[in-house]
Amino acid sequence: MTPATDPTGGGDPAIQITDLCKAFGSRTILDGVTLQISPGETLVVLGRSGTGKSVLLRLLIGLQTHDSGSIQVLGQELTGLVGAPLYELRRQVGFVFQNSALYDSMTVVDNVAFPLKYQNRMSAVERRERAMALLTQVGMEASAEQMPADLSGGMKKRVGLARALALEPAIMLYDEPTAGLDPITSAEINELILKLKQDRAMSSIVVTHEIHSAQAIADRVALLNQGRIIFDGSFEALKHSEDPFVARFVQTG
Amino acid sequence: MARLRSFLEWMGELGGFTVRLVRATFSPPHHLRELLEQMHEVGTRSLPLVVLASAATGVVLSLQMRDSLLRFGAKSLLPVVIVMTIIKESGPIITALVVCGRVGAGIGAQLGSMKVTEQIDAIEASAVDSFKLLVVTRVAACVLMLPLLTIVADFSGIMVGWLANNLIENVALIPFLTDGFKQVTFGDLLPATLRTAIFGFIIGLIGCFQGMRTTGGTEGVARSATSAVVLSSLFVIVADVWLVRLIQIVFRS
Repeated sequence: MTPATDPTGGGDPAIQITDLCKAFGSRTILDGVTLQISPGETLVVLGRSGTGKSVLLRLLIGLQTHDSGSIQVLGQELTGLVGAPLYELRRQVGFVFQNSALYDSMTVVDNVAFPLKYQNRMSAVERRERAMALLTQVGMEASAEQMPADLSGGMKKRVGLARALALEPAIMLYDEPTAGLDPITSAEINELILKLKQDRAMSSIVVTHEIHSAQAIADRVALLNQGRIIFDGSFEALKHSEDPFVARFVQTG
Repeated sequence: MARLRSFLEWMGELGGFTVRLVRATFSPPHHLRELLEQMHEVGTRSLPLVVLASAATGVVLSLQMRDSLLRFGAKSLLPVVIVMTIIKESGPIITALVVCGRVGAGIGAQLGSMKVTEQIDAIEASAVDSFKLLVVTRVAACVLMLPLLTIVADFSGIMVGWLANNLIENVALIPFLTDGFKQVTFGDLLPATLRTAIFGFIIGLIGCFQGMRTTGGTEGVARSATSAVVLSSLFVIVADVWLVRLIQIVFRS
């Protein structure tokens, strides 16, 4: 197993979320969320479907804007950040989408090479080599020339993961990485997330409603309910929590 | 009341989108490669359709005008009427409407489906400005290609107009063209042709705008494609009224 990361050590937090609020119209999604992720730590955010877990992740790279509160990513305040500085920050953060969101007009290898195309002055050959190396890391090198439409859900997830890794981010955000996958594929994706964490010492936030995934990959677990964090601690502590909602979530999950 | 309000909101958003577009167009980075691809898509790929539509107009114009002019004993005016009608009005507007249908729908559907499958978010997450990559290049391609397509349409319309006339009475090409262009100045040709750049701007702008604000899955994509065609054709025709009058005032001779 992985060596447990000391959540207090390692200097400044990779991500510091303070009193974050977000509403769509009159519907409150996040109502004062405060969370901190240390460098190298994997935080799993659990919650029922539709509780704003995905919105939380999208706010962290400015795909949506929050109403109030503050988000600091690698020491930089995200609030009000636009244009080049925002893109500079996004280079440090990899995002794995729930439905993979692969570019359906490009082959698998072009998908993975896409982020490199617009960042580094890299030749097409180098880009392709890098993309192939990433595909090998996620076990998808054999499908490099296929189109995304020809892949299964689990394979798309792997490609999405390889694409998110292309810019060598310091932080990875996973939106429901195992949703809709069979148990064996889920376990494989979880193993992959663990392996990446070991190889690359990245900080990660994994948003999921699957408690088994949380158990497999989390250094720390937070539980989101009705826009608030109602639990934040180790998986062991989560299992023994006396809060009725937490206990119900753990038992039924 | 509600409809009026949503229309005004739509106009407001369109205004904001236009300002953003102009700003983004004139600030680096520029995606020249993508621009060339879009010029190929908008220009080269529309060419057969534009040539065909314009040729058909040339035939009809030639037949109808011949009939009308004969009635007034003004048959000798036929070449100049054909040339003037085509370069001043039918060439530009036929080109614009054909491109509205082909390119407007294409842009609306493509950007719309990229939006609903989170591919646009994925571009943003890869630290690439999706607006510059997708919108600026498409609008610029439309602006640049429409005048060129119009020149080809004019050529095709006039040549086929001559051909249709030639089938009825034997008029050689050179006398036909000499007659037709005797009175034509650059003041007739240039403003009429260059105004299609504004049509191109409208087509690209409306297509991208409708595509980028798509919500609601497959149905939403269909709505975006349809509304892109309907609105861009309507706006092109209305703009034509204004532009023709404006050109007459500015280039009055």
